[in-house]
Amino acid sequence: MTLADMSQHRPSLYTKDARTKARNSAEKRFRIYGVVAVGVGVLALIVLLSSVLGSGLGAFRQTMLSLPVTLDAKLLDPKGNRDPADLAKATTITYGKLLSQALEAAVTEKGLAPEGMKTKEIGALISKEAPAILRNQVLAKPELIGTTIDFEALAGGRIDGFFKGRVTMESAALDSNVSPAQLELAQKMRDAGMIKLALNPAFITNPDASELRPESAGLGVAILGSAYMMIIVLVLALPIGVAASIYLEEFAPQNRFTDLIEVNIANLAAVPSIVFGILGLAVFINFAGMPQSSPLVGGLVLTLMTLPTIIIATRAALKAVPPSIKDAALGVGASKMQTIFHHVLPLALPGILTGTIIGLAQALGETAPLLLIGMVAFVKDYPAAPPEGFLDPAAALPVQVYNFTQRADPAFIERASGAIIVLLVFLLAMNILAVLLRRRFERRW
Amino acid sequence: MTIGLLAALVLVLAIGGFILGRMRALKSAKGDLRKLHSLPGYYGQTVALFTAVPAFLLMALWLLAQPALIEARVVEMLPASELPEGANIGLVMSDVRRIAEGIDLVVAQGRLSEADISTMRADLSDIRSRMADVGVALGSNVKPVVFQAAKEYRALNTVAHTAMVVAVLAVALAGLGFAMVRIRPEFRARNVSESFVKVLLIAASLVAIATTVGIVLSLVFETVHFFQLYPAADFFFSLTWNPKFGGGSDLGIWPLIWGTLYVSLIALAVAVPVGLFAAIYLAEYASKKVRAIAKPLLEVLAGIPTIVYGLFALITVGPMLRDYFAQPLGIGSSSSSVMTAGLVMGIMIIPFVSSLSDDIINAVPQSLRDGSYGLGATQSETIKQVIMPAALPGIVGAILLAASRAIGETMIVVLGAGAAAKLSLNPFEAMTTVTVKIVSQLTGDTEFASPETLVAFALGLTLFVFTLVLNIIALIIVRKYREQYE
Amino acid sequence: MNDMRLTERTVDATDIKISARKVQVFYGTTHAIKDVDVDILDKTVTAFIGPSGCGKSTFLRCINRMNDTIDICRVEGDILLDGEDIYNKKVDPVQLRARVGMVFQKPNPFPKSIYDNVAYGPKIHGLVKNKAELDEVVESALRKAALWNEVKDRLDAPGTGLSGGQQQRLCIARAVATSPEVLLMDEPCSALDPIATAQVEELIDELRENFSVVIVTHSMQQAARVSQRTAFFHLGNLVEFGETGQIFTNPRDPRTESYITGRIG
Repeated sequence: MTLADMSQHRPSLYTKDARTKARNSAEKRFRIYGVVAVGVGVLALIVLLSSVLGSGLGAFRQTMLSLPVTLDAKLLDPKGNRDPADLAKATTITYGKLLSQALEAAVTEKGLAPEGMKTKEIGALISKEAPAILRNQVLAKPELIGTTIDFEALAGGRIDGFFKGRVTMESAALDSNVSPAQLELAQKMRDAGMIKLALNPAFITNPDASELRPESAGLGVAILGSAYMMIIVLVLALPIGVAASIYLEEFAPQNRFTDLIEVNIANLAAVPSIVFGILGLAVFINFAGMPQSSPLVGGLVLTLMTLPTIIIATRAALKAVPPSIKDAALGVGASKMQTIFHHVLPLALPGILTGTIIGLAQALGETAPLLLIGMVAFVKDYPAAPPEGFLDPAAALPVQVYNFTQRADPAFIERASGAIIVLLVFLLAMNILAVLLRRRFERRW
Repeated sequence: MTIGLLAALVLVLAIGGFILGRMRALKSAKGDLRKLHSLPGYYGQTVALFTAVPAFLLMALWLLAQPALIEARVVEMLPASELPEGANIGLVMSDVRRIAEGIDLVVAQGRLSEADISTMRADLSDIRSRMADVGVALGSNVKPVVFQAAKEYRALNTVAHTAMVVAVLAVALAGLGFAMVRIRPEFRARNVSESFVKVLLIAASLVAIATTVGIVLSLVFETVHFFQLYPAADFFFSLTWNPKFGGGSDLGIWPLIWGTLYVSLIALAVAVPVGLFAAIYLAEYASKKVRAIAKPLLEVLAGIPTIVYGLFALITVGPMLRDYFAQPLGIGSSSSSVMTAGLVMGIMIIPFVSSLSDDIINAVPQSLRDGSYGLGATQSETIKQVIMPAALPGIVGAILLAASRAIGETMIVVLGAGAAAKLSLNPFEAMTTVTVKIVSQLTGDTEFASPETLVAFALGLTLFVFTLVLNIIALIIVRKYREQYE
Repeated sequence: MNDMRLTERTVDATDIKISARKVQVFYGTTHAIKDVDVDILDKTVTAFIGPSGCGKSTFLRCINRMNDTIDICRVEGDILLDGEDIYNKKVDPVQLRARVGMVFQKPNPFPKSIYDNVAYGPKIHGLVKNKAELDEVVESALRKAALWNEVKDRLDAPGTGLSGGQQQRLCIARAVATSPEVLLMDEPCSALDPIATAQVEELIDELRENFSVVIVTHSMQQAARVSQRTAFFHLGNLVEFGETGQIFTNPRDPRTESYITGRIG
């Protein structure tokens, strides 16, 4: 067969031959694979976010019991002198009893009290954290003693879970921490308006709480710790990153040493983050003796991790400044350094800042290296104000999420998801800022 | 003097130096700017730089080196014979540090004076209860040697700190003086200060190298330490991983490597087809509008912190796989499994595959597409037979980068894969990975100098080498590919 | 230029292969081609000449609907291939392009072996039954493109490794291998050196035996050397169309005359 033979008897263009039809359907299939792939990716994103939102939104609402509490002076201030040192001797156990009795009285008054339920069992509806809150309130304001106040008490974790759908009658029957009778009582109290779900600002401000008190666990220390680390990263990574970029982009000669630096930066950007944690542990903590769990060490580790991102973004921004501007400055007799600092750098600034914000966002979400430098530790005290606070133990938002997941009580899963929502809100805000910055200042040359 | 105050002082000196330098330059030119070689500000800048930079450098080095040097001195004071049986020098040193801290607190709260401390003796007074008073808990009663060491540690620290303050201030003043003396109208201040700034720029770009060196040194140093305590052959060839508290652990790396590779494999099996087809669709088919929406959405997946994926694996994917696949099929009962971690990690690395592949497909010249369409090929034929072969090296690079990401990923496997080191083929079983074990060995309660802790560094080194090789290959491939079409 | 040779040349075929009527092309809002009427004869080389941006390449790309791949491009009017409207809804551009092949300005061999480059068209269109037939088609196409003797020992070598002129002949072989009826060539020699250009031009003349060839060129000499009929485009209009000899020696339109004498362009 020759080419000439093949060209004989061409069918009309208007009819599609079988092969063309087959090829067209193959084309359609292939296209569908593409749509499906994009769909899978987007769907995964949606499922991921809705799963986190679904289980985390509850953390921003908290079950509160409102009840009148008579602050009995005989119990709280037996000496009657209102001396702070003596007042402090009344422990949370005393306050706990006071609350239990107050609750029992309130419940009985409304006729809700189930028969045969002991004071202690009724009192168990209240969080173990509530007495401490009441005590602090009284110590701050001793004149309250002897009066009756309306106290908003945190409900216990299981009661909170009951109203959020996490705890059911069936699960309570198997649970040693809560009984169905207690849940029924809680339901009645809710119907009577003694229990309500209120907004929970304490979730943002409170420090972490122990295993048994998920209802009072908050993110205060973690947010503070993360903020401290971001300050350190910003203060160190931005100048170092910009300086390194200026050198590499504008001054570095084309030689093997420059190559070495460039390859190094490219590789550092891809080194697993946990390796930076090992570096932090070995160099900053074991060798240089910096304190474990401190924002300083965390900030240093994150700085090293963020540098490549900032350098890559900064170099791109510097490269985007047209050479004609440099030539113009050099042409009027400016030195190279003056040209760069007076003309190139200001023009590249929006790009640099955008890159920096994205680098910071990355650093904010990083968890693994912080685990290794001791930020998993349970920290209940707020770090002091900087700069001393940089050396105090603190938590970090993503690590706090991890900490929550490691606890047995399922109420902490809600807290973990809630913490992620807070983290994602911060990240979203940073990314929007970066996008706005880019839109506002982007120039097309 | 605290470090913050010292730093502030140096800064004040530098600012003062700037003002003085500027004034001196103007004065030396008798107010006639044209007689000066450079603008007066540059004279000030030179002075400020010479004042601040060497001082800060000295301070940083001092702070880094001081603890190591002092510890070495104190360790010398603690002869092995005096230590309790089986105690480890690292633990004793941490006691020493805590006692020193406690003494600081005692003095700060005014319970004892410095003089009291220097005469205080561990065998005569109850150190432990005094420490407890200020909130420093000690595990056991304090041996006299340890207490002496703590006092020495404290004394050395005080001396070193004072010495540092003096040295830093001296260097700052010397720099200031040196720069001031050199100011004359013909002094080339701009050139000097620019050279100085250039040196600073170079130093900044060396941070990258220093980081790599730091990583390699810390990994290698502790790995060598580990191999002195534990035979390397067992580490590399043993098939069991079974760390024990009391020693006698099996620390074979293979179950961990197997878990790592298995999880990564599943992740790639998810991410490569999805990422690749998404990239093809976005680059070749999607309208501008669809592309403008879908591409950033996929990239959001890369911006979500890995802890979020970890939680997603823990609370959603794991239980779902267990309840709907593993248990009904009778092949597993654990919610953390290789499959859980692999699937979630696959989602995470989709954008790593898709973004880079998208760039690479876009870099294939339009002339090749035209050539193929001109011959009557359909779009999918063109993609499969012309664009893919042309883009293949770049895409392989992208996949290698994604693989290195998967291998080094930590949080997803910590929360999703489980902690049991196993060599099993069943993907619904919990297995563990190198990164999981690095975390658990370094955050556990075992003492630092034991093989059970140090093994984390050997694991870290293995991980580092592994990902480094992958990255370098990937970078070379991608770079070559880019050059081909530039 | 040998004008004598031009006038002696005769047009030996008269069947109309492609006929275009009132063709308009728009790029977004730009009106790139205005009211073009052209008849392209079978077994003839037709040259499109004109200054850059005159629309000659755009019109060429309309003939096998390559403009379909550009989103903002819109074509109006009729282009008939053997009497059938190629812009009819029922027409699959893929099928059309199998019959109207194209060679581009820059040689664009696929990153595959020489053999696979040539075999690409026959394979996708399913023109051969087995490997032996494919071998035959490849050899025949390479021979037609005057490349066989240079590459027959290295058919497995990558096509991108050939010289520029060889690459362009490979692309011609690739187009020829699907045995199209019309071969469109968009400035096929603009990226080649003079020797390679001469080889390709010689080849075009030989291809005339089997195909109708349309060539866009910015070189008037080339049009004069290889074509039998010439169309002159200016600012999106077809100014003049006729036998090559007549166009170059006795242009009717003053614009054509200005162009071939070098006053515009």
